[in-house]
Amino acid sequence: MNAATAARIVKDIKADIDKCTGCRACEMACSAFHAMPRYSSVNPAKSRIRVVVDELTDEYVPIRAGNFTRTGCDGRHVYLIDGKEYSECSFCRASCPTRDFFIEPDSGFPLKCDMCESVPPLAEPMCVQVCEPGCLTYEERKIDRIGEGQLQTGEIEAGLQSLISQYGIDAVIESLNRTPKA
Amino acid sequence: MRYAETGFNLEIDLSTGSIEKVATDPRDTELYLGGQGMAAKILYERVPPDVDPFSPDNLLIFSTGLLHGTPVPAANRTVVNTFSPQTNLMSHSLFGGFFGPELKYAGYDRIIIRGKAPDLVYLYIHNDKVEIRDATHLKGKGSTETGDLLKTELNDQKVQVAAIGLAGENRVYMASIEHNHASAARGVGVIMGDKRLKAIAVRGTKDVNIARPAELFEMSQAMHKKIGEGDGNGDWMAVDEDDSFHHNHFAWGNARTRRKDYWSDELQQRWTNWKYDHMDRQTGCYNCPKKCRNVIKWPGRPRFGYKCFGKDTYHMAAFLELDFSFEILGVAQEYGVDSYSTPQVIAFALELLEAGILTDKDFPEMPADSRGRFFYLLEKIVRREGIGDILADSVSHAAKRIGKGAEAFDHNTTKKFEQLPIKLGRLNPAYFLMIATGEKMSITQIEGSFPQDPLPTKEQREAFVSKWEAPPDEKFKKYFLEWEKRSDISDQATCEIVDWNEAMHYIDDSTGLCGFVSSFRGQFGGGVAYHMNNIPQMISYATGMAMDKEALWKTFQRIRTLVRAVNVRRGLRRKDERPPEDHWAVRDEKYEQELLSKYYGFKGWNFEGIPNRQTLERLDLAYVADDLERRGILAVDEGVSA
Repeated sequence: MNAATAARIVKDIKADIDKCTGCRACEMACSAFHAMPRYSSVNPAKSRIRVVVDELTDEYVPIRAGNFTRTGCDGRHVYLIDGKEYSECSFCRASCPTRDFFIEPDSGFPLKCDMCESVPPLAEPMCVQVCEPGCLTYEERKIDRIGEGQLQTGEIEAGLQSLISQYGIDAVIESLNRTPKA
Repeated sequence: MRYAETGFNLEIDLSTGSIEKVATDPRDTELYLGGQGMAAKILYERVPPDVDPFSPDNLLIFSTGLLHGTPVPAANRTVVNTFSPQTNLMSHSLFGGFFGPELKYAGYDRIIIRGKAPDLVYLYIHNDKVEIRDATHLKGKGSTETGDLLKTELNDQKVQVAAIGLAGENRVYMASIEHNHASAARGVGVIMGDKRLKAIAVRGTKDVNIARPAELFEMSQAMHKKIGEGDGNGDWMAVDEDDSFHHNHFAWGNARTRRKDYWSDELQQRWTNWKYDHMDRQTGCYNCPKKCRNVIKWPGRPRFGYKCFGKDTYHMAAFLELDFSFEILGVAQEYGVDSYSTPQVIAFALELLEAGILTDKDFPEMPADSRGRFFYLLEKIVRREGIGDILADSVSHAAKRIGKGAEAFDHNTTKKFEQLPIKLGRLNPAYFLMIATGEKMSITQIEGSFPQDPLPTKEQREAFVSKWEAPPDEKFKKYFLEWEKRSDISDQATCEIVDWNEAMHYIDDSTGLCGFVSSFRGQFGGGVAYHMNNIPQMISYATGMAMDKEALWKTFQRIRTLVRAVNVRRGLRRKDERPPEDHWAVRDEKYEQELLSKYYGFKGWNFEGIPNRQTLERLDLAYVADDLERRGILAVDEGVSA
């Protein structure tokens, strides 16, 4: 395994919340990009990025949809940053039952940010493209996978072990034999 | 399927508690677009001209613009229309923020409110769930405080609230409707209060559909860049701390005193520090890359947002400095009063005291200093206590009620509405026409596309014109190239320029586009994002309707003429169309009246300013012509005034 193939790309969206104006163009663009057909409708409630806004306390935090969780938190942290209070929820990316962020309003299915993966790929995710105030910026980082490469062997083994314990070793071998070799 | 609009009105009767979702006719959209255009149609059809503004039969209409909720940036100004007790004419008001788009995502193009609730209520809209709810617990609460309380009560931070403060509850004529840090001025809060409607809370999670998705999105993305990057759009006062223009040229006090050498570097530094030491941030409205609102937290006062000249009106009326405006604006926002007219009403009262028309007895326990007096009178007005009860009816009505020569101090109103405090030397013909014939009541809602002043050299003018995309016709470039002295321009050109200025506002106020990226901003620098050469394409992509420059121009004329007809039916005539007599020191009555006649003729209106049958029929308004004839307002032959 050479160094070139061992590297992988990590995509980051950085939010400089001092620059957020609360305009929610990111929500508009995200919902339009993910509409079917693309751009055929706008609905911020379907956006995978939401801006937590509280004008009365000067709170402006864009958050991207993360993982789905079945339950809400039992109690929350309150963060005091530069004299302003933020609830833990303001930074939390979860699609959870305590709020209607990142839940498709018609079906109730959770929504998750996919960084606008598409063919052909976008230069930057759509929310970043429309963020003229410069709050959201996009960055691709290359990280070394050498350490992870070794770990991955362990992961495959762990996966196989779980398949074996669920289906028995014979079924797993039979299935592997049936799998066409690429 | 309807594109860009939802195709539904929400009809609320507060007297009976009736709530209806009513499908609209797409042919009306083609004729009147949305926003003010559709509201004018509804007011014409449904409010007979003898209906008193305080009658339950008066309507209060909150409209989205046709482009609200689409990807088109800066389409977010909510339009509020009703009939005003101050002018007895159609009130037209706008506010930025998020309310209109949210209403459209809830599935409605507009809310039409009639009747009066028995006690204070609020309207809660969550998609198809619409409820009239008790709001007696919100009585006396501040406007943004009400928004905050409702968000907590409804357990939804994404709900958008428009509310009145104490001023609206007490039917103060200058009462505004406030939404976050945006404000609907010019006389609409009084009717919301009269209907006992404390607030509207709206939440929407539905799709707004687009007819030509890829084309519209691509155009909108380019527009995001154009608006965001250059300095041709938005409120430049948000970043330019040199405000010598207003302070040296506008009049202080009760629109009386000019202080031509007021501004200084030292003052600018001090004021800049006040601003940045107390500013949280600059914020924007829905889907707009500009950040025109400065959000200020002044010690011990409610947090507030201001934009443009709104930061100057209080301290200029009170002969104080910016710190006073910062101190009072948050209080005024919570009470919900128009920050343009209210300071003038207060300054007017203090002038009457100085002149001996009002006496100390009218102002019991009033502080001696200007700062204290403004706070004192603000409290009196919003509570309608003592002299405040009279002042709450605005300058013109208060002057009449007070009598004893007070009318002479009502010197800065047109159509009984307070105008910007501008007192200049020589008559400016274009501004004469705009202030005289405007029905949006403030010059800021009429001027804006053609530059206010010529550029000094031919080279500068050529350079300006070479980059000027906005003019709807090449003739405007010619006018500008040949324009050397402000007053040296033909009457024909003046009429056409005024018409273009007006056109952009009527289009913005029907599409929901903001004046700072369109109608108002082009006069400063010419690099405005939206104009007659690209708005038709956007409307077409968004809605699927056929639209080009000619069709859009005709739509402007139709809406403009209909608004005129609405007001003509309520008595508006030529005699009312006068700028304040002291707006210019040097006047020429004969020339002004000739110019006014030419402009009426240019518009297809008769000597009294009433649209004639030919004009009305050309604009698909034959039903208006029939009605005006039936009422004897237009003579049956030739459409001459009766």
